[in-house]
Amino acid sequence: MTTPGADANNAGWIVACHIDEIEREDVIRFDHAGQTFAIYRASEDIYYATDGLCTHEQVHLANGLVIGHIIECPKHNGRFDYRTGQAKGAPACVDLCVYPVRVDAGKVLINIDYESADEA
Amino acid sequence: MRHGIVIVGAGEAGARAAVSLRENGWGGTITLIGAEVHPPYERPPLSKVLLTAEDQPAAPLILKNGQIKDYAIKLRCGSPVTRIDRSHHLVSLHNGDVFAYDRLLLATGSTSRQLNTPGVRASNVHYLRTLGEGLALRSKLRPGSKLIIVGGGFIGLEIAASARDRGVDVTLLECAPRLLARGVPAEIANAIERRHRSAGVKLEFDVALRVIKSESGRHRVEFSSGGEIGRIEGDCIVAGIGAIPDTELAARSGLAVENGVKVDAEFHTSDPDIFAVGDCCSFPHALYGGRRIRLESWRNAQEQGTLVARNMLGAHESYQAVPWFWSDQYELTVQVAGLFSEGDETIVRKLGDAQLYFHLDGGGRLVAASGFGLNSAIAKDIRFAERLVAERAMPDRLMLGSPNVRLRSLLASY
Repeated sequence: MTTPGADANNAGWIVACHIDEIEREDVIRFDHAGQTFAIYRASEDIYYATDGLCTHEQVHLANGLVIGHIIECPKHNGRFDYRTGQAKGAPACVDLCVYPVRVDAGKVLINIDYESADEA
Repeated sequence: MRHGIVIVGAGEAGARAAVSLRENGWGGTITLIGAEVHPPYERPPLSKVLLTAEDQPAAPLILKNGQIKDYAIKLRCGSPVTRIDRSHHLVSLHNGDVFAYDRLLLATGSTSRQLNTPGVRASNVHYLRTLGEGLALRSKLRPGSKLIIVGGGFIGLEIAASARDRGVDVTLLECAPRLLARGVPAEIANAIERRHRSAGVKLEFDVALRVIKSESGRHRVEFSSGGEIGRIEGDCIVAGIGAIPDTELAARSGLAVENGVKVDAEFHTSDPDIFAVGDCCSFPHALYGGRRIRLESWRNAQEQGTLVARNMLGAHESYQAVPWFWSDQYELTVQVAGLFSEGDETIVRKLGDAQLYFHLDGGGRLVAASGFGLNSAIAKDIRFAERLVAERAMPDRLMLGSPNVRLRSLLASY
């Protein structure tokens, strides 16, 4: 059984889910230490991670639709490229934070220290 | 164009049009005129977080962090437009200002339908459409106070949920035999009613108001219901009994009006230099056989405002988006994609605690889907259904009704 967060191989990497917990071209929510993330599985079986809430209003992106490489906010039509976090038009004009992802032994890991590491 | 573009109405549709004009390359003047004193703000939070937040939240502005300056939008707030001189291409404001236009956009929105019960005065009934009205209502929602809501539509129900969240005693009076008679199927209306009752909201149906008596900040409402006379007292009355498109300026200017400013699918009014979008206009919708409809929702205002800007700059795009709206109440959300009233047959998809219904017309075409439950339970399915409605899909009834059939797989574009 996967215990989210308990299987860090290196600093900052945490287990978000098992690879089969997300269907292709879909997204799930992952909460960790008071933060919420969105974990994506593209149709080509590559996994991605972004912040879990839309930058426009506090709405969980995991309830939105994945169409190709776009996540569509379930409320306000905001669209982002979840590979880069880039906002794709009104009303969202602020990009999403993206996080490095790797797959290890059937588990999807994300590096949540990425932002601070990047600035250091 | 020498004078530029003037937008009358600084709500969602008007503000989005201003932004879209710039994003589509318009380099001339944009004058955005709003009757309210506030810069453009979003209305959905007015019935929710504006009422429930412990501390007064900031106004939810549409144009953020210098966007008005960056997009060089001339914003004129606080003075309504009183006259359009079509032959000279001029608009006059109440404060005496006059602006010349080459192209004019009317995004005047809608106004709250007013109660006309004997005893109603301007001072004793609240409405909720503007930020000013939201702040006034907010100041009345003190824990333990008594609120009387007239109207069991989306506004009234969202206010009821927010008021209960603040510890306010709530009674809601509805003239119809059930909630949301025009908005959602009876199954969803019944589930919404149960949720409100479990939150402690008192509901009365088939209500006809007789008189409102107000004295030193206390109000008494007398009504009849099922042959009985009822009386309730409260500290505050708020009415949410519908909206009327704001067409007065258009009508006075001689523009065609038909349940809203009459426009074609590209949002031209009967004057080739004047366009209209949002709540104030009625337009023919190709999905519904070109029948004229008028919508009052956030997404509609946003998308029409965005599209009309391109047409004002010379494009010829028809608006074909599937109508969609949501209403958040307590932890739950109602969402409807399409026009549920177009359906003749309802297919149920059982989703645990949530409810999802598909509405087919007589020919088996999917014309709408409606859902009620946690956002996480219904949002994706409603969105897929919206795409199916846009595709004019005729999905298999058994597949629609089977929770283990993914709606994505029914899409032609899948």
